[in-house]
Amino acid sequence: MAVITGQQPNLREAKGWRRTKNRIATVLMVVAFVLVVIPLVFVLITVVARGIKIISWTFLTSPIPPQVVPAGVGGIGPAIVGTFEIVGLATVMAVPLGVLGAIYLNEYGGKGVLARLIGFMADVMTGVPSIVMGLFIFSIWVLHFQFSGFAGALALGCLMLPVVIRSTDEMLKLVPNPLREGSYALGATKARVTMTVVLPAAIGGIVSGALLAIARAVGETAPLLFTILTVTTVNLNPFSGPNTSLPSQIFANATSPYTGAQDRAWGTALTLIVIAFALMIIARFITARFTRYTR
Amino acid sequence: MEQPEQDFVTSLQQPEPAAPPQAPPAPGPRAQPTPGPQAQPVPGGHVFDAEKVSCYYGSFRAVTDVSLSIYENEITAFIGPSGCGKTTVLRTLNRMNDLVPGARVEGDVRYRGASLYGKDVSPIAVRRNIGMVFQKPNPFPKSIYDNVAYGPRINGEHNKHKLDEIVEHSLRQAALWEEVKDRLKASGLSLSGGQAQRLCIARTLAVEPDVVLMDEPCSALDPIATGAIEDLMRDIKTRYTIVIVTHNMQQATRVSDRTAFFSVLRNEESDTRTGVLVEYGRTQQIFEDPGDSRTEAYVTGQVG
Repeated sequence: MAVITGQQPNLREAKGWRRTKNRIATVLMVVAFVLVVIPLVFVLITVVARGIKIISWTFLTSPIPPQVVPAGVGGIGPAIVGTFEIVGLATVMAVPLGVLGAIYLNEYGGKGVLARLIGFMADVMTGVPSIVMGLFIFSIWVLHFQFSGFAGALALGCLMLPVVIRSTDEMLKLVPNPLREGSYALGATKARVTMTVVLPAAIGGIVSGALLAIARAVGETAPLLFTILTVTTVNLNPFSGPNTSLPSQIFANATSPYTGAQDRAWGTALTLIVIAFALMIIARFITARFTRYTR
Repeated sequence: MEQPEQDFVTSLQQPEPAAPPQAPPAPGPRAQPTPGPQAQPVPGGHVFDAEKVSCYYGSFRAVTDVSLSIYENEITAFIGPSGCGKTTVLRTLNRMNDLVPGARVEGDVRYRGASLYGKDVSPIAVRRNIGMVFQKPNPFPKSIYDNVAYGPRINGEHNKHKLDEIVEHSLRQAALWEEVKDRLKASGLSLSGGQAQRLCIARTLAVEPDVVLMDEPCSALDPIATGAIEDLMRDIKTRYTIVIVTHNMQQATRVSDRTAFFSVLRNEESDTRTGVLVEYGRTQQIFEDPGDSRTEAYVTGQVG
């Protein structure tokens, strides 16, 4: 295919078929994207349309009324308080434990038996249905002590733990080895290398992974059914007595025959989505802040 | 020998006969070439003595029976084709290979007389004396200032004023100060390749090591940045001993005092290969009058 002098080379497409394949693939991808987005948008539109009517400051702060009460009276204050108590406790337990576990897996365990066992168990735990986790806490904690926010936090913490371990593990794996070597070459100990180079380099990802785990835990219903029950008043002590949460209220009210309760369930759902959404935004914000020096 | 010594003693005592023994020594004896116990070791002394060093990664013997001595305040270059074990040997000098799972060393490496692989030797302490600059610039994802202050900080220096001084001094030594003095708070990752490598050199110098090991420090850099780093190596060699691995033979001739040529030895019977030290000597001799045909073939560009 030597170019003959004086003759222009042929730079046009040899066959139209390649271009046609390109078009078909592009159209398929756009269709797939639209199909994915449709249900998401519908869920959002429905929840916002039905929930926005009922949400007000009174709704967010008032005590939970009996289900027969029509919409416009009462609210979900205790459920918001309960959700923050339970998820907060679960976070305090699961995030430090999970991050430390992942550090062990990645920096200390190597390919040892213990590290592989932890990694394997974390994977298995990710697959445990959340209702099974609720039953587990019910049998080992609630039966021996009592229904409490703490029991719910234990169940949520068990669900969050493998997620935190896995996301932190992935983030630590992304820290390039030359960074570690650079620190070792200055005479740093392993603990120093981990604390001053590896963790700061991965912190953005670790924090957003933790926040995603929290956002998932905020919406969990099943593990709370057997651990906190559902109450209508504020319980400020998470260690004693039944409590309530936003998903529990949605479950109770949405399955109720009274229209007032059903309306309150939509309002609660919208509140929950807004909280989860806010967590995502905070995650993004924190990631951006922590990764100031990484680019 | 008796006579001059007596003369020397009397000449010392004559100007100040009543001087107490603790008095600071007069300029005369100070100028004597014999150093006291606290004095700097004589230039030209051995910094490293490697004896029959073999390095293994698992069951693979990467390097076999390397023996060489590295001299103080000189730049020693390791050259040779890929896979000949020059980087491996370099990394045994500050125990960086400890970090590679399955790596082990046979033979003895002495650093200023002390065995590096002795029982009580801490690799942490070794690396505080023997710094390393890597092939690819690896600044930490921190500010330029924090990158340089990292080493002094982990060694316990937290005085802001002193850190400021160390940072400026190190960046000046690495010929980077003028370019970054107005943006010390900017990310170390915002620098260009050559600047980032000089930052890594400044970071290494900030802990005032005795030896600086450099593993192909210019392979990712353009000729101008390479020139800057070579100038800097010549500048700092009065205070440091430098060992550099390089693929660039011109670089070895430009900067190094001594050159070690490594090569790959294939064993056809067992189908294995291992790195060996072929020849070691003054750079000029290695390049102009090589004693081994393999060295000659390599430095004249016939192979590799």
